[in-house]
Amino acid sequence: MTVLATSFFQDENFIKVCYIVAFGLFIYGLMGLTGPRTAVRGNKIAAVGMALAVIVTLLTPGIGNWGLIALGVVIGTVVGVPAARNVKMTAVPQMVALFNGVGGGAVALIAWVEFRESGGFDGFALYIVIASMFAAVIGSISFWGSNIAFGKLQELLPSKPISLGPLQQLINLLLLLIAVGLSVLICAGGSSELLIIGVLVSAGLLGIFVVLPIGGADMPVVISLLNALTGLSAAATGIALDNTALIVAGMIVGASGTILTRQMAEAMNRTIPSIVAGGFGGEVAAVAGATGADGGTVRSTTAADAAIQMAYARLVVVVPGYGMAVAQAQHAVRELSQMLEAKGVEVKFAIHPVAGRMPGHMNVLLAEADVPYEQLKEMDDINGEFSRTQVSLVIGANDVTNPDARKKTDSPIFGMPILNVDESESVIVLKRSMASGFAGIENPLFTNPKTAMLFGDAKASVGAITEELKAL
Amino acid sequence: MSSTLVTNLAILVLAGFVGFAVISKVPNTLHTPLMSGTNAIHGIVVLAGLIVLGLSGDGVLNKALLVVAIIFGTINVVGGFLVTDRMLGMFKSKPEPKEKPPEDSQSGKS
Repeated sequence: MTVLATSFFQDENFIKVCYIVAFGLFIYGLMGLTGPRTAVRGNKIAAVGMALAVIVTLLTPGIGNWGLIALGVVIGTVVGVPAARNVKMTAVPQMVALFNGVGGGAVALIAWVEFRESGGFDGFALYIVIASMFAAVIGSISFWGSNIAFGKLQELLPSKPISLGPLQQLINLLLLLIAVGLSVLICAGGSSELLIIGVLVSAGLLGIFVVLPIGGADMPVVISLLNALTGLSAAATGIALDNTALIVAGMIVGASGTILTRQMAEAMNRTIPSIVAGGFGGEVAAVAGATGADGGTVRSTTAADAAIQMAYARLVVVVPGYGMAVAQAQHAVRELSQMLEAKGVEVKFAIHPVAGRMPGHMNVLLAEADVPYEQLKEMDDINGEFSRTQVSLVIGANDVTNPDARKKTDSPIFGMPILNVDESESVIVLKRSMASGFAGIENPLFTNPKTAMLFGDAKASVGAITEELKAL
Repeated sequence: MSSTLVTNLAILVLAGFVGFAVISKVPNTLHTPLMSGTNAIHGIVVLAGLIVLGLSGDGVLNKALLVVAIIFGTINVVGGFLVTDRMLGMFKSKPEPKEKPPEDSQSGKS
């Protein structure tokens, strides 16, 4: 390459123009991601934007440490590619949590190194220090919080709320005050490395303590919130480094993540603050105890009975939930639905917005199993049809079918929109045991006289019903 | 306040509104892929790791921390885009989503 060409490509403005092209591609790609037909292309366009941004960054004049840069990129690729390629579709939520967490971790580490290299931001403009500290605090919260979310979804940690009891709120507040207080000291010129380590540790503990008490049902909202936070911390890093690509990309993620978080929280009739406060965990035990006294008998059924019941129905509505995802039962469910259709039964799938652990989780799984898109009905479209449904087949869904959400004003989930399966003529619930759902509350649907329970692993149960249908 | 900061704040605010405008009309079905896609985009922090390591990175600990930051950022980017692509691939070549009006819905509300 000639000297002239080299200097052209390394011109600061050339790099900046490429950044503009890159975030233009991000925005265009995201627009594509909002429609089913353009989504695949949209994601690829955004990826091209990212590749462009990385390549032109490497053209920055004076860049060195090539060996180490290559090392980092190679290790990251070697870890990231197989993880993304081999992850089961059922495990996607925790994978997203993990990818989100490492992004936050990168932000926190960079802020830490910036502090170390500049001797505590010595001689930096105040706004750079503030932005860096914001990035350090949020990045650390996001990293540790996401790891806890991963641990819970992967069932390395119990998915039930883990709480420190009444002191929880006080401890969280104290950790936040420590993180902010130490950050203020750094902004005021403090240069001891203990300060920033204190910030990272207290923010990390805060992330852990905030996510630990959150029950499994609220997890999608938390991951979405952490995703938005990581975006904001990336934008703050962009302000500190005067890098437009980081500012734009980070802020877009921050804004979109906030919207998604609010939509998810609304679907569960919850507010973001009440989820983050982890109040659910506390109320649950008390309410569960209270309703447990009501008693009511649970009627269990067999695969053969369930098969007969469905074979002679006109309309069967399948209500999938997280249990279907855990048991990897989506293919078996598709087989069952095809078998029923061959017998002239109309089959529809009722998809609650927060069934599973992420919005759209059920759609992804059923699409993977080749269930036609037309059969998947959103809550508002299907709720009117339960009254003419002979059999509702609930597969590992619990809280999203709980009639208490309509009737019982003191229930923690009162007001949450649910699928009105109790309006159908009969209900068959596939469930592993009588254990309560992620919200940890009783579901009177199970003791409803219309309801029959088929206990066992969802995949095995669905398979058994299909076999019985074949024999009919 | 420096003019760099003012310019960057303007960019920040505008980008926020772009984010709101682009995202607010997404069908439920695409929420998970969208979250995953935006998740990949904030992997842009890998740029910060590249710049800081490339331009300074003095001392063994700093270098090590930055290499870890680049590893993390790369995982975020590469893994994020790939897993989104896999998810979306499942919607490909499926019949087009049709909006059918709900039949007989007068009795279902409660």
